[in-house]
Amino acid sequence: MITPPAYTDSSGATAAPALGGLPGQRMVLGADRPMPLDGGGQLGPFTVAYQTYGTLNADKSNAVLVCHALTGDQYVADRHPITGKPGWWEMLVGPGKPVDTDRFFVICSNVIGGCMGSTGPHDVNPATGQPYAIDFPVITIGDMVRAQALLIDALGIDQLFCVIGGSMGGMQVLQWAVAYPERVFAAVPIATAARHSAQNIAFHEVGRQAIMADPEWRDGAYQQAGTNPARGLAVARMAAHITYLSEAALHRKFGRNLQSRQAITFGFDADFQVESYLRYQGASFVDRFDANSYLYITRAMDYFDLAAEHGGQLAQAFRVGGKGTPVRFCLASFSSDWLFPTSESRAVVHALNAVAANVSFVEIETDKGHDAFLLDEPEFHQVMRGFINGCADHRGLKRRA
Amino acid sequence: MDATVIPPRTDIRGDLRRIADMVSAQARVLDVGCGDGALLDLLTREKGVDGRGMELGMDGVRECVSRGLSVIQGDADTDLKDYPSDAFDYVILSQTLQATRDPRGVLLQMLRIGRRVIVSFPNFGYWRVRLALLLTGRMPVTDRLGFQWWETPNIHFCTIADFTALCAQLGGVTVERSAILDHAGRQLTSDATTWRANWSGEQGIFLLRRD
Repeated sequence: MITPPAYTDSSGATAAPALGGLPGQRMVLGADRPMPLDGGGQLGPFTVAYQTYGTLNADKSNAVLVCHALTGDQYVADRHPITGKPGWWEMLVGPGKPVDTDRFFVICSNVIGGCMGSTGPHDVNPATGQPYAIDFPVITIGDMVRAQALLIDALGIDQLFCVIGGSMGGMQVLQWAVAYPERVFAAVPIATAARHSAQNIAFHEVGRQAIMADPEWRDGAYQQAGTNPARGLAVARMAAHITYLSEAALHRKFGRNLQSRQAITFGFDADFQVESYLRYQGASFVDRFDANSYLYITRAMDYFDLAAEHGGQLAQAFRVGGKGTPVRFCLASFSSDWLFPTSESRAVVHALNAVAANVSFVEIETDKGHDAFLLDEPEFHQVMRGFINGCADHRGLKRRA
Repeated sequence: MDATVIPPRTDIRGDLRRIADMVSAQARVLDVGCGDGALLDLLTREKGVDGRGMELGMDGVRECVSRGLSVIQGDADTDLKDYPSDAFDYVILSQTLQATRDPRGVLLQMLRIGRRVIVSFPNFGYWRVRLALLLTGRMPVTDRLGFQWWETPNIHFCTIADFTALCAQLGGVTVERSAILDHAGRQLTSDATTWRANWSGEQGIFLLRRD
């Protein structure tokens, strides 16, 4: 049973979180030639912040790229520099874990448009000397992956052994497999979809409107104004957080339990634990995330539609030179995930079958909703371990001593 | 969580061994209803096949993928249509035909997807089954068919004679090989067309080729 910390309202205008000076590695890309963007513009030079774990082998065949989700970052297996919490996927990535850092060279980069060191809307626009804010170009999942490919080039890696990620990270995995099939040996898209559903776009729109309705947003120019649309961003996070859970999980965690009180107060305080929990989720989120980044990244997910460039035929996206994609796939979904339900994964599996691709697919039974991909799900981790080890054998990577 | 590697299998069912004998090395194989992946595992290790599996039950799928096999959750009755024609050298249906809603449709899909099809099934013409029904008047329950009538997933039983008749009726299909196995999984005969095969065989294995 989780008892949520009591929420205290910090009223008054606060400045946006200072996100400079974060630990980790940086790579400046697109300096010689700006990177073209799907939206028509270009970006460059720009910075990608990333973390690596393990050692790249001599023939550079053991690299694993981990793609993070909407509000994730590059600190996949490090203590988070702002929150102090363990890495967001330490269950899966680390020494002896399914993505074994004693065996693989793991790379995780902050997406462009993000706010943890990679170039995004909070950075200074060299053309104006002011933060980009909403003058930052709208980016897509394809742009994020293009930037990652430039990073992989700069690291001297031709082919990634594996690209793995959940939710928006899974979208990037699918994009990698479709855009660079020869550069991906194995792809693991988890709890994701080949296109963002109408319902998911709707939830994102609620979040964006909450941010933009906050008077502190100042048409995006809150950094210049010294304000922060923290309330709007917190509401966006609260709404989104509900979609990451399930009714069963909410009921199991909170039921109708009251927060630090014996009776309801006939007012609008957080009487219920679930309210307090959500307020805490919202309030703590604004310390580590930039509101404009939230607008840009949610938009990138909304625009994602892998089949769109292939006449609406998803299977066509997985055809390479008239044949089925050479990439080995393993998809996983979670039974109580209603944000990226199993049917979305199954649609990808059907498309891969239609080109006779090498694909595995499992649905994991859990009541933890979409968040399950980040949580302790032993069956999921065992499947990941089996798939990754099987692929490593096929790739000729040595087992651990 | 348990981080140990799942140990390799040691016990291989007799009928799976015989199916494996019918598959040529390095072939592309789809195992429909692959269960816990025992046959795919055997074919991958001993024949070096490029193997894929489809399994209805999620427990089996998780077991397979955890073993490094390429398996998806799917239903033979509805999901075979997704595969392109001639995608595989062999499509295998082991002990699953009798559990499908449309056995004939499944066979036709398999023959479309692969040039060769291997089917194994329990023989409802086996003498013990016949006698059980004749003498007790109750639906037979045997070691291999251990379900009561109201719980069995096996909804379309056939005999060896029924199956050979269906193959003839389909047209354009040749029975390349067959193996009739006894209670212990030993081969009794390779001629499925005799009265004796249908009486004494507990299960039949057929290698079909699309002409």
